[in-house]
Amino acid sequence: MHARQAHRAADAAARESYGKLVAFLTARGAQLVAAEDALADAFAAALDGWPKDGVPRNPEAWLLVAARHRLVDRARRERRFVALDDALATAATLAEDELDRTEALSDERLAMLFACAHPSLPRAIHGPLMLQAVLGFNAQRIASAFLVAPATMGQRLVRAKRKIAAAGIPLRVPFNDELPERLDAVLGAIYAAFSAGWEDPAGLDPRSEGFTLEAIDLGRLVVRLVPHEPEPLGLLALMLHAAARRDARRNAAGEFVPLDAQDVTRWNAALLDEAEASLRFAASHGRRGRFQIEAAIQSAHAVRRYGREPDWHAIVLLYRELLALTQSPVVAVNWAVALGRAGEPSRGYAEVIVLEPLLRDYQPYWAAKATLAAACGETQLAREAFERAIGLAIDPSVRAHLASRRDALNLDRTS
Amino acid sequence: MTYMLLLFNDEKRWQNMPPDVAEREYGAYMAYSAALHEAGAFVEGNPLQPTATATTVRVTGDGKSTVLDGPYAETKEQLGGYYVIDVPDLDAALAWAARCPAASHGTVEVRPVMEIGAPA
Repeated sequence: MHARQAHRAADAAARESYGKLVAFLTARGAQLVAAEDALADAFAAALDGWPKDGVPRNPEAWLLVAARHRLVDRARRERRFVALDDALATAATLAEDELDRTEALSDERLAMLFACAHPSLPRAIHGPLMLQAVLGFNAQRIASAFLVAPATMGQRLVRAKRKIAAAGIPLRVPFNDELPERLDAVLGAIYAAFSAGWEDPAGLDPRSEGFTLEAIDLGRLVVRLVPHEPEPLGLLALMLHAAARRDARRNAAGEFVPLDAQDVTRWNAALLDEAEASLRFAASHGRRGRFQIEAAIQSAHAVRRYGREPDWHAIVLLYRELLALTQSPVVAVNWAVALGRAGEPSRGYAEVIVLEPLLRDYQPYWAAKATLAAACGETQLAREAFERAIGLAIDPSVRAHLASRRDALNLDRTS
Repeated sequence: MTYMLLLFNDEKRWQNMPPDVAEREYGAYMAYSAALHEAGAFVEGNPLQPTATATTVRVTGDGKSTVLDGPYAETKEQLGGYYVIDVPDLDAALAWAARCPAASHGTVEVRPVMEIGAPA
């Protein structure tokens, strides 16, 4: 196995275990911060040793033993000040064979996800907190994906963790009556982690892998642990669709390729199959929700792999349903674009421009306005909107793509 | 809050650029400046002349002044331009820094501008 592959395997195994163990230790009384410190050290040791020595048969036990050493060391250091460190007490009660009850551990990981997405914590911190407390990513890496200064992200994470302890946010899966609403927050945070550094996960901005694979893993975890709810399946299907098309978003020259021009042979068929199966299973529950509808829209685009054209009238209806559910101006932009594709560009244009006060700094808004204006024959308006989109673009290949579409307008006029 | 975006990049890249590429790159900066204007965030911004035009002055502890040809620090990337923007907070400033074309082919440093009151 190549060194890089070995490192990836070690990283994946360690990360999977990390969240379980943070949940495991905190559920037994250790302070979240102390548990994280100890596990971070153990984790670093694992990433150092595992690629060379191989992943241990029981990664959790290995990490737990390493973390326990740290907790004991810490307790010894602090003994002068603290009669009996609670971390030592916790560590002493841990039996390695407890770790074989993996299902219980997974439940604790799910409880941790619910704590991270608790309504008393700011919504913007839910996703970053999950990435840190459940997957062990450091503040630096999370800050880059969410485009926030590392020091700021560090402070926000610490503040959120203090609040979990100080406000007594419970580490448990909510009871049945509150489950659907709380589950929405968990799914929203997973999707935020998936989309971080990815301005438009539906397929316009190929900038960064960000945490897409990790978010998909979290999505699979929730599906496994809450199998009777359809929305986790919808979210999983949505993320798999986006991930399946990632490689097709750039051509061999590294240029941006929009969804409807992508080479379908470069879509990942296995991921698309899993996405479709997840969505079908979700639909069998007979309760639609935001993520199922978004996944259905992706599914409507994916028919191109069978040589069929997307049914734009169906896509319009799906966006309409999604808009009624979310009231989101971003959804309204996509609805307007779909109207244009379904043969109603002037209606699409009228619907999109009313969103301008809300979305002035949102690049996809200007790209949508430009597309619809061009479809209506309003070349000058289209050019101005493209210009604005170019000024707001982050990814250089998207910027170049928008510029070439603007230049094509000029050619149309002079020809 | 007022922030200064310092655009570091390799100035040789600009000097050796074919005219059509340069026009496209310049256009990206124009579009970015226009977007800042439209958002009401633009205060000022300009490219700088190449570092060959720079002169550095330093007065040492014993009061002797030294004048040197060239920029303060010779590195692979040079300060090539700046924007001063007015936005609510650092997160907003970082969002604009990421959109700056220099963030793709160089580095953008974001620094808050210190508020100095006018003399009474």
